[in-house]
Amino acid sequence: MKTTHSDTKGSRLGMWLFLYTEILLFTGLFILYAAYLKKYPIDFIEGGKELSLFFGAVNTVILLISSFAVAASVTAIRKQSAKLSAGLIAAAVMIGGVFLFNKYIEWGQKIHHGIYPNAPDLVNGPPGKNIFFGLYYVITGLHGLHIIIGMILLCVCVFMILTNRIHEGNDGVLENCGLYWHLVDIIWIFIFPLLYLIV
Amino acid sequence: MTETDSFFETPAPAGYKGIWSWLITMDHKRIALMYLFVILFWFFGALILGLLIRTELMSVGKTIMGAQTYNAMFTLHGVIMIFLFIIPAIPAIFGNFLLPIQIGADDVFFPKLNLLSWYLYILGSIFAISSLFFGGPPDTGWTFYVPFSVSTNTNVSATLMAAFILGMSSMLTGLNFITTIHRMRVKGMRWLQIPLFTWSLYATAWVQLLATPILSITLLLVVFERMFAIGLFDASKGGDPLLYQHLFWMYSHPAVYIMILPGMGVISEIIPVFSRKSIFGYKAIVASSMAIAIAGSLVWAHHMFTSGMSDVAVFVFSLLTFLVAIPSAVKVFSWISTMYKGSIQMTPPLLFSLGFIYLFSVGGLTGLVLGAAGTNIHVHDTHFVVAHFHFVMFGGTGFAFFAALHFWWPKIFGRMYDFKRAYVAATMITIGFIFHYMPMFILGIMGHPRRYYDYMPRFETGNMLAGIGGYILITGIALMFVNLFLSFKNKRDALADPWGGTTLEWSVPSPPPLHNFVSPPEIKDYPYDFSDVVKKFKPGNIT
Amino acid sequence: MKSSQENHHVMEYKTLIGILCMLLILTAITIGASMIDLGKLNVWIALFIASSKCSLVVLFFMHLKYENRVIKLSFVVTLFCVAILIGFIFWDIAFR
Repeated sequence: MKTTHSDTKGSRLGMWLFLYTEILLFTGLFILYAAYLKKYPIDFIEGGKELSLFFGAVNTVILLISSFAVAASVTAIRKQSAKLSAGLIAAAVMIGGVFLFNKYIEWGQKIHHGIYPNAPDLVNGPPGKNIFFGLYYVITGLHGLHIIIGMILLCVCVFMILTNRIHEGNDGVLENCGLYWHLVDIIWIFIFPLLYLIV
Repeated sequence: MTETDSFFETPAPAGYKGIWSWLITMDHKRIALMYLFVILFWFFGALILGLLIRTELMSVGKTIMGAQTYNAMFTLHGVIMIFLFIIPAIPAIFGNFLLPIQIGADDVFFPKLNLLSWYLYILGSIFAISSLFFGGPPDTGWTFYVPFSVSTNTNVSATLMAAFILGMSSMLTGLNFITTIHRMRVKGMRWLQIPLFTWSLYATAWVQLLATPILSITLLLVVFERMFAIGLFDASKGGDPLLYQHLFWMYSHPAVYIMILPGMGVISEIIPVFSRKSIFGYKAIVASSMAIAIAGSLVWAHHMFTSGMSDVAVFVFSLLTFLVAIPSAVKVFSWISTMYKGSIQMTPPLLFSLGFIYLFSVGGLTGLVLGAAGTNIHVHDTHFVVAHFHFVMFGGTGFAFFAALHFWWPKIFGRMYDFKRAYVAATMITIGFIFHYMPMFILGIMGHPRRYYDYMPRFETGNMLAGIGGYILITGIALMFVNLFLSFKNKRDALADPWGGTTLEWSVPSPPPLHNFVSPPEIKDYPYDFSDVVKKFKPGNIT
Repeated sequence: MKSSQENHHVMEYKTLIGILCMLLILTAITIGASMIDLGKLNVWIALFIASSKCSLVVLFFMHLKYENRVIKLSFVVTLFCVAILIGFIFWDIAFR
């Protein structure tokens, strides 16, 4: 009677349900963002101008490319080119690393300029600016954490493809990890205009 | 070892003995029993805390403890009862045990995830215990309202993490149940042939899945505030403390329905069985479960009428709150109509269910008093609120939990308990309950605030009465559990179907074998068809 | 083993590259739009473009277009939930 483990449709449903919880998790932060944007529109625009559009845009572009790579790797495994599939995933992991490196530089610059949680400049400055950067750190921090988790999942996938545990007939794990990575990308698609492009 | 050996004799994975056959099991029935074990532990602990609180309040001034201890005690009573008892109680114990059987499956869809949920529950428990011993027990109340929860020196962070982890456990259980119901129904079982208990768990699971993440992020933010002092909820740094309350109640109000919906499911199973009559309005009950899940997610801000929210919001949320009363009432009417002209068999589970209907109705109707913005101003944060939600949570979910224990006890353990003691216990619990909480309604209207350590002398009579009621209540609960545990001395000889139930769990042996079904389950066109039961069970032959 | 065959929709590389190009173009547009000051409209334009990009990723990269009804419907329910939570909070903050 044990037929459950070959039911990839079911495990994919489970994965989607899990993604919903992640969406709602970030929704909590977007609720705060919406409420505070309503309260401090001017300060938020000022804050957005202080963020580096360059880093934001580069990170958006490379994350989109990595998302493409993950989607293409699912296609590759289904066309039985395992090497290509593993290569594409590895590329996505590397892009994730670059993303985090950019984030590190960006955070470093901000902290260097005295913008970090509970910094004297922020606490004594306009209240909206403090809130904007507070949200900036929480949202991008939590998103960064999800990037790290996603990278770990993708590394597992590379390993499983190379040891032939993920193959043409059994690609559920790759697909589900891929879904997670796409979700992380989607969250960033919303973070980018809300934090960097606000005018 | 044969096919029909109960799951107690058949460890899964095979070959393990003793404690290991439990700790690494992936059998949904064993996991359910492990939940039963720890959840009862916490229930007893929080009961004692509650009794101590009421004892302290029995007379004016200091009775048995100081104010700081009192604050810690009501916080822990709330946190434990809510996160460690009521939210997981029915889904994690009875849901895990019965949901797969009711839909004709041999396990849940993700057995490993199921075990992981149990371990997360244990990890959360450990965090909750550790907050007692390191850095002083929390004193914020279970709502963790800012700014106090950010500024207090007690160890709130550990309690916050406990609630965070327990939320994860509850979320994963919900995820598992939804997938199981979608993917593992036995061939031929259509959606409107699913038993009502499983339906209620389905509705609950969606709320668990979509509401819990909001709590997770909220609690994380408070932890961040305590660590980094960002100021997101700090008015002096530009934050808005009211937004914390919004976020908190976005989860915690739907959580009320996570608590009550499975209880309603239990009652919907018990009432038709002992009325020997098909449930009245099966579809209406299914629809109302889903409607409660949806409408319950739209009303969170009715906890904040006096917090300084806009008048428009007060108006809108008050209006929406009244909507929730409709599906709840549909269920009550359905239960009553099921009993109407039924051939009623009195048993302990039915007695508890009747208690549920009465107490839950009182709780629900007083909820309307609170939901109306005008009267809310008068009784907000008084003992009226305490009485109201205990009527719903304890008189509702608590009684449903007791009813479920008595209803499925022979199925789970294969042993029948003594009816006489069970009746006495049920009566004592109900009388004690009414004595305990009714005075609080009156105290609340008189103006006795909740969570206060001390009060004016004119409230003393009510508090004294409530205290006495509390002792009767606890004695009844103790008697009930002693009676249940005494059944372990009996032989394991309960029938597969001692009550005359019609859902699938009554078609398998008691206790069920490892793979639940000895032969492929037979699906009836309608899950509550009692025509055979009425022939087989003559009135009065349940023993 | 029925499941290994069903629902194995293969996205062609060409389609995926096409989607990626559209995503990059939309990114350029949203950056461009942010250079023009349209007042409150800017936020709505940014959100609209972000939602379009999100739809592309969800429908094609995540295969939602080819999924069964359960997942499609539940995804819409989730979005509805998000909209309710963010929307209803304005009953309070917009009128305070």
